[in-house]
Amino acid sequence: MLLEVKDLVVEVEGKRVLNGVNLAIREGETHVLLGPNGAGKSTLFLTILGFPKYEVVEGSILFNGEDITNLTTTERVQKGLGVSFQNPPAIRGVSVRDLLKFESKQDPDEELNPRMQELAKKLKFSDEFLDRDVNRGFSGGEVKRSEILQLLAQGPLFTMFDEPDSGVDIENVELLAGELNVLLDKDKKPGQRRKAGLLITHLGYILNFVKADKAHVLMHGVIACSGDPDEILEDIRKEGFKGCVGCAECNS
Amino acid sequence: MLVVQNVTHDAEKAKDKKAALGTDVVIENFTTEDINAFDVIDDLKDIDKKTQKTILKVGVDANSEERAGSFVQMDQSNIFSHSISDSIELMNLGVALDKHSWLKDYLWKAVKPDVDKYTAQCALQESENDAYSGYFVRSLPGTKEIFPVQACMFIADQDVMQTAHNIVIAEENSELHLITGCATGDDISSALHVGVSEIYIKPGAKVTFTMVHNWAEQVEVRPRTAIYQEKNSTYINNYILTSPVKSIQSYPTTYCNGENARALFQSIQSGINDSIIDMGSRAILNAPNTSAEIISRSVANDNYRIYSRGHLSGNVPNVKGHLECHGLVLDDNSSIYAVPELEANAANLEMSHEAAVGQIDEEEIYYLTSRGLTEEEAASMIVRGFLSMDITGLPDELAAETQKMIDMSLDGM
Repeated sequence: MLLEVKDLVVEVEGKRVLNGVNLAIREGETHVLLGPNGAGKSTLFLTILGFPKYEVVEGSILFNGEDITNLTTTERVQKGLGVSFQNPPAIRGVSVRDLLKFESKQDPDEELNPRMQELAKKLKFSDEFLDRDVNRGFSGGEVKRSEILQLLAQGPLFTMFDEPDSGVDIENVELLAGELNVLLDKDKKPGQRRKAGLLITHLGYILNFVKADKAHVLMHGVIACSGDPDEILEDIRKEGFKGCVGCAECNS
Repeated sequence: MLVVQNVTHDAEKAKDKKAALGTDVVIENFTTEDINAFDVIDDLKDIDKKTQKTILKVGVDANSEERAGSFVQMDQSNIFSHSISDSIELMNLGVALDKHSWLKDYLWKAVKPDVDKYTAQCALQESENDAYSGYFVRSLPGTKEIFPVQACMFIADQDVMQTAHNIVIAEENSELHLITGCATGDDISSALHVGVSEIYIKPGAKVTFTMVHNWAEQVEVRPRTAIYQEKNSTYINNYILTSPVKSIQSYPTTYCNGENARALFQSIQSGINDSIIDMGSRAILNAPNTSAEIISRSVANDNYRIYSRGHLSGNVPNVKGHLECHGLVLDDNSSIYAVPELEANAANLEMSHEAAVGQIDEEEIYYLTSRGLTEEEAASMIVRGFLSMDITGLPDELAAETQKMIDMSLDGM
């Protein structure tokens, strides 16, 4: 098992948000996390990532069999976790290029390595764009593409994507999805896939391009149901999350 | 020499006049030094290696590569002065006064001798010794020298009071770039630096003045700078301070007296260790279509106190000014006091300011840790980014050089 979340109870500023979440993701698998606004999807992400504000009251998080519940974010990332944020902060004077160099473990004084230059071009970033302050005045689509580009530099084993397709125009969703598939080893044969990931999506549009193995619905801080992504999405499209309420109550 | 008499008279009266801002320095605690205490050198490389290294940190390159000229003052002695450019005159101010009879009209005009006891000291030193310490730089009409002149003010002896009187003249339609680096010898714990700089920019001329300070921790620094700008002239001032010092108080002021004159002040001040920094920039817009922009970034840490001031004064219609002051306070023992002032003395002018002082945004730290940086690395990257300045208006080589100077200063933090 690459990532295992066991009976996770999480509080944010004293308020309970997750109520005993269980999740297990194997190498090579891509899971989808669905759920209404406020269900705790981002909280689950940021808890797995280890942001200090998210306090684990009970339960544990295992990565590659190792308990990482008490590690710092930096340590977790060094072990192979990665995340693409939905609304990352802008940082004055820190350029995308600076970050890409750090993420690809390059000397800051050297030129950006050819692989990253190539990838930047592929994601439609000009050379000048790379010198802009990260996320400062970026359009929705630029934010998403820059996040994916940084993850490609980082090369995590397990990647969490928080709505990677929101604010991205349709023609670019396919472009992004192509790189998501690289990050998820989808470009390899099933038997050779090592990387895995978890994806938050509202509309599920990106799932037309990124094949998910399993979907989970998060409701009221618990996983209300898990199963085949197509079936679950179909249900949600028809009935909304109403149908999940009952399941959430059973599971809590 | 009626002028000199008046200057001396005014200086004498202002001998005990405290400065309007900044902590008061007891001048009697410092000693004066003879203008010939150090021997003149023929080559910058004759300066000892250790000092060469120190001054390189403030942008003064002993190899003089890509420099139009160099000037070095050690304590009170002007030990080196050499211009390799046909476009630029560079020499000790006293030598220049002997050479150009007209130059006396520029003396103590933009900066008055009786501003406070520091300007008074500088003037009194001049009259007592009948000699001048400081440089004279002049770019000839219509010339554009892309390489900068470098000037170095170095304090070599303990408890010394260094005074320097600098005159910069950019003649009509000329372009002049100056780098001034100020530093102290390793073993100096206490000293006082008083620098009077008068900058005259003629019609259509452009001056960039980039100053890096790297004083010792117990040095008191009181620069007094004023700029007279004629029509269509441009002045760009870059100031960089990233090392501890006992106190600095300075408020360079430009007078945009000719139409379409433009001024830009950019300063970054950051540091640690009980320093009191009182830095301001002021633009007096006296002619139509003049404009000024003042940008400052401050970071305070470890008992650092920064007063970050800015003052824009519009005295005629159709002038424009913007003031931007951002600060980061990194610990509870430090403080930043931002004082942006706007003064409109005519209708139909445009002036604005933007000031924000606070701590590092946690979201930014977390974001960077999610990319594998430690919290310390993240904070340092954010601070460096915050202090990084867009270098505008400099020739490419000088912009790159200035960026290098900023990076080097930040590396030392």
